[in-house]
Amino acid sequence: MLGYLIRRILAAIPVMGVVALVVFLLLRLTPGDPAAIIAGDLATPEQLERIRTSLGLNEPLHTQFLTWIWKILQGDLGVSLISQVPVIKMISQRIEPTISIALSTITLAILIAVPLGVIAAWKHGTWIDRVVMSLSVLGFSVPVFVVGYVLIQIFAIEFRWLPVQGFRSITGGFGPFFERAILPTMALSFIYIALIARITRASMLEVLGEDYVRTARAKGIGEAGVLMRHALRNAAVPVITVIGTGFALLISGVVVTESVFNIPGIGRLTVDAVLARDYPVIQAMILLTSGLYVTINLVIDLLYTLLDPRIRY
Amino acid sequence: MSGKVVEINNLVVGVGAQPDAAKILDNVSLQVSEGETLCLVGESGSGKSVTSLTIMGLLPKKILVPTHGSVRLAGEEILTATDRRLRALRATTMAMIFQEPMTALNPVVPVGKQIDEVLRTHTSLDARSRRKRILEMMEQVRLPDVERIFASYPHRLSGGQRQRIMIAMALVLEPKLLIADEPTTALDVTTQKQILSLIRDLQKDHGTAVLFITHDMGVVAEIADRVAVMRYGHVVETGPLDAILRAPTQDYTRNLLSAVPSLVPRAARPATASAPVVLDTSELTKVYRERSILGKVREVAAAKDVTLTLHRGRTLGIVGESGSGKSTVARCILRLIDPTSGGIRVIGKEISFLSRNLLRPHRKHIQIIFQDPYRSLNPRLTVGETIAEGPVNYGTPKPEALRRARELLELVDLPPDAISRYPHQFSGGQRQRIAIARALAMDPDVLVADEAVSALDVSVQAQVLQLLDDIQARLGIALLFITHDLRVAAQICDDVIVMQHGHIVEQGPAGDILTNPKQAYTQQLLDAAPGRGWDFANFRPLAAGMAAPAKTRDIALNS
Amino acid sequence: MAIDTIEPSSISAGAASGPRVSLRPSSTIITIAAICLIVVVASAIFAGFIAPQDPQKLAPAMRLKPGMPGFPLGTDAYGRDLLSRILYGGRISLMIGVGAAVVSVTIGLAIGLVSGFFRWADAIIMRIMDGLMAIPSILLAIAVVSLSGASLKTVLIAIIIPEVPRVVRLVRSVVLSVREEPYVEAAIAIGSGLPKILWRHIMPNTFAPLIVQGTYICASAILTEAILSFLGAGINPETPTWGNIMAEGRAFFQIKPSLIFWPGVVLSIAILSINLIGDATRDALDPRMKQRKAGK
Repeated sequence: MLGYLIRRILAAIPVMGVVALVVFLLLRLTPGDPAAIIAGDLATPEQLERIRTSLGLNEPLHTQFLTWIWKILQGDLGVSLISQVPVIKMISQRIEPTISIALSTITLAILIAVPLGVIAAWKHGTWIDRVVMSLSVLGFSVPVFVVGYVLIQIFAIEFRWLPVQGFRSITGGFGPFFERAILPTMALSFIYIALIARITRASMLEVLGEDYVRTARAKGIGEAGVLMRHALRNAAVPVITVIGTGFALLISGVVVTESVFNIPGIGRLTVDAVLARDYPVIQAMILLTSGLYVTINLVIDLLYTLLDPRIRY
Repeated sequence: MSGKVVEINNLVVGVGAQPDAAKILDNVSLQVSEGETLCLVGESGSGKSVTSLTIMGLLPKKILVPTHGSVRLAGEEILTATDRRLRALRATTMAMIFQEPMTALNPVVPVGKQIDEVLRTHTSLDARSRRKRILEMMEQVRLPDVERIFASYPHRLSGGQRQRIMIAMALVLEPKLLIADEPTTALDVTTQKQILSLIRDLQKDHGTAVLFITHDMGVVAEIADRVAVMRYGHVVETGPLDAILRAPTQDYTRNLLSAVPSLVPRAARPATASAPVVLDTSELTKVYRERSILGKVREVAAAKDVTLTLHRGRTLGIVGESGSGKSTVARCILRLIDPTSGGIRVIGKEISFLSRNLLRPHRKHIQIIFQDPYRSLNPRLTVGETIAEGPVNYGTPKPEALRRARELLELVDLPPDAISRYPHQFSGGQRQRIAIARALAMDPDVLVADEAVSALDVSVQAQVLQLLDDIQARLGIALLFITHDLRVAAQICDDVIVMQHGHIVEQGPAGDILTNPKQAYTQQLLDAAPGRGWDFANFRPLAAGMAAPAKTRDIALNS
Repeated sequence: MAIDTIEPSSISAGAASGPRVSLRPSSTIITIAAICLIVVVASAIFAGFIAPQDPQKLAPAMRLKPGMPGFPLGTDAYGRDLLSRILYGGRISLMIGVGAAVVSVTIGLAIGLVSGFFRWADAIIMRIMDGLMAIPSILLAIAVVSLSGASLKTVLIAIIIPEVPRVVRLVRSVVLSVREEPYVEAAIAIGSGLPKILWRHIMPNTFAPLIVQGTYICASAILTEAILSFLGAGINPETPTWGNIMAEGRAFFQIKPSLIFWPGVVLSIAILSINLIGDATRDALDPRMKQRKAGK
């Protein structure tokens, strides 16, 4: 088990290496002077020079990369070109709303999507199946910001049940947090529900055709037992895989949702950084989310071994 | 009516509920009594499995629908029973075991718990007495070390052990009826023998009625009290075992029995020591290395020191159970995998370590036919394109290669218009003929048949074997015939190699090896061959030491 | 945003037994989807004839008017006709969808074939693909666009980069499973060379899944373009695209929600239709269904 863990962690290193290289090259390989690109058209020569030194742009490429990596490994993600605040500090100040929304989205999505997928597979070919599948295609097709604005229009503007935008920390009481978090969570979970319900259904269908499900039925077990004890546990691996790979989808959704609902999280931070060409912030965000993605999928790989005894270390 | 556990009368099962729907079962009537084994025998598509699923109430709903007749289990009508009632009957009154022990158990639940589920669903026993009952049952099915196996996951167990678990699970509540759907088909012969005798013994102890489904006449001879022969959803003939085997009344039953190859080797062909050697290997070895996490290298010899010689016009069989390394040898000889050490000479030319490019000129001398006729032809190419591909690779102009393909189709008894059709338009046996034509297009000196008839129904199998024999007689090709089936080996091979765990156990002329084996393992294999006491094709038991009857080879079937 | 298309069939290899009926979206729904798509595509192509107004014409006096003759959906904050802008906006969006699908499928196919057949290349290629897949696609896309300037080309590149690894994985998995098929081994035995085996026996197996994947990429590219524009990192805001129209509408959302609502509806209908057609294609091309028809 430990050996497996170590091997999996070692395997994640080249992946993160590729991510770092992409992020690094993104700025350097862009045609034109990176400093000028970052500073914009109205920059003075002094400003350009400051950006060059702060990004180390005067060094040869490989030296730049090594110093850059070395700094990152020490936890130094650089300083914002705009506010001169260390990037790491900016991120830590704004990460709480993002994490709250992301966690509540994942929870809501799993709670709704898995039962939907199971029922659709069980009632395969019936109207229930059709409705679930249609909703799932719809979930993929409507952009998250459209969903967001429709929700705002209905619940905040027409009915005036909820505030239009904003965010309150859960430390300030559950009520105000819930009031403001519910709409973004709903908007964000739409596509996630579609994704998970679809894969749950497909995976369950596959498993329900397996011989051991027939064996279970031949034993005289009721349908609930067949579905939960035999089918769902075997169908779980692809579902969990998708929850993991769907994390990338979640990040994209967060960026948009935070803009729609005016939530001061790291998604908004990124968008603002992009508009201001605050490159250290952009690159830190990419590294951070990619690292998170790799970590989550690592954890999920380890979860497989708990779910399926056939997977050997 | 006492004693009849199952009574099926005039059962019709259709595709969908429409009255004009295609009938999968048509007017099937069967009975199984207490303590009796009824064998349901038939080729693929005969409806034998559908019959068993109907009894269990496990037909896929709305897709296969019983439209007529009745199925009574211990006097109770099954077709009109509620789902709830059917669930209550399963495992308590009727139980079933399936063909694939590898997939029939839930891979993520320990096997003890899977048996326990039966007891938890149908009884109110407490945990301790359930466990006691399960361990008892596991001992009854002769599993070793039951405490350990109780907590094991299925993938830790062998195929035979899993099938024992299935049997224990089926019989733990002492049902009146046990349905066994090809329960030994996926197992090696030695394991098959143990499972068959286990089922028979348990049946004797518990008085269970057994409905045993199989395609294998050998197995029928081992286990049946009575036999029902099925074809295209009809019951063709029913009768006691002896009557069916000795005096079948229906042509189809006669054909089915005639197609079973005899275990007695055919008369030896005149040895032609002067015929040139076309293939020989010396100490051919294939080792797979597995590296564990801690860096320890585990070596598994899939084939070790295999030395064989094949002369022009002769047939050499390699027989063995799964994991014996027989297919590894075939694939090494074809250089589909690279041998670890040892030599392979084709027409005297050493090819074992030639690079892919240097190998190509030599490939045409040796060709292969695979087991699965559904996967060995590219579904997107016409038969003509498939057969012509090889010659075109070696420079034959396309029109000429196609003309040759037409001739070859005739040689393998397919209509010439087959050339422009696609593989899915042909049956399994026909596809195997196409594969043979593809191999012959190369004018090979050696033809390797890797379980080439194992996936075919017995009547089709007889035809393909006959074809291979004809081709050999006509073209003088040498055959390397890989099979697990001693009956097939007895009828086609001049010489036989017996393999076990990657090693050659014994080799020599088929007549010697298969009648007077020197090695205990070969003896064991022969003993385990089901129905070894019968000469099916001549409808009589086999007298000990009898010579091969000439008739067995020339069977022409018209099914 | 990308729709992940890993189906569990690639994970558990067990062949399902027993007949199964696949859920095909009913043919009426497919017909409706096809008609919707044709209407959207046609109105984008013929926007010059259909559009009641010039989509770029500013008319300060006409700001944020409701629907009226000549301006069926009303006007935006600069007095431009909303309907005309939506019609013209379809051009860029659809072009990006089709372009992204074609380019990423082509590149992915080439890389995937190499990766699936050459073990030495596989390790390196797959590490790079894993790395690219780890980067959330929207972040990568907005970074690319913000650094290289917002042109149609950069937006396309920004959308294509994250899609390629998915196509590579798909092609590679098909190659890996097909190369073990006996008919490929038979082709080796009859002396067919590597290019022939790849071209004739392996590559055709990737076409069906690629067509399906292509439709999904098309849908997801249109969506991504809209999101990029919405976040202000898309094509020049002057150019009408569905995303740009909605982005401009954000500031006036509480006054005139239809500025977001109508382009959103058209966008959703277009993507929905493409996804539905993709689903239908997948069901029609599902090898398991085909085999059942052809088999015994």
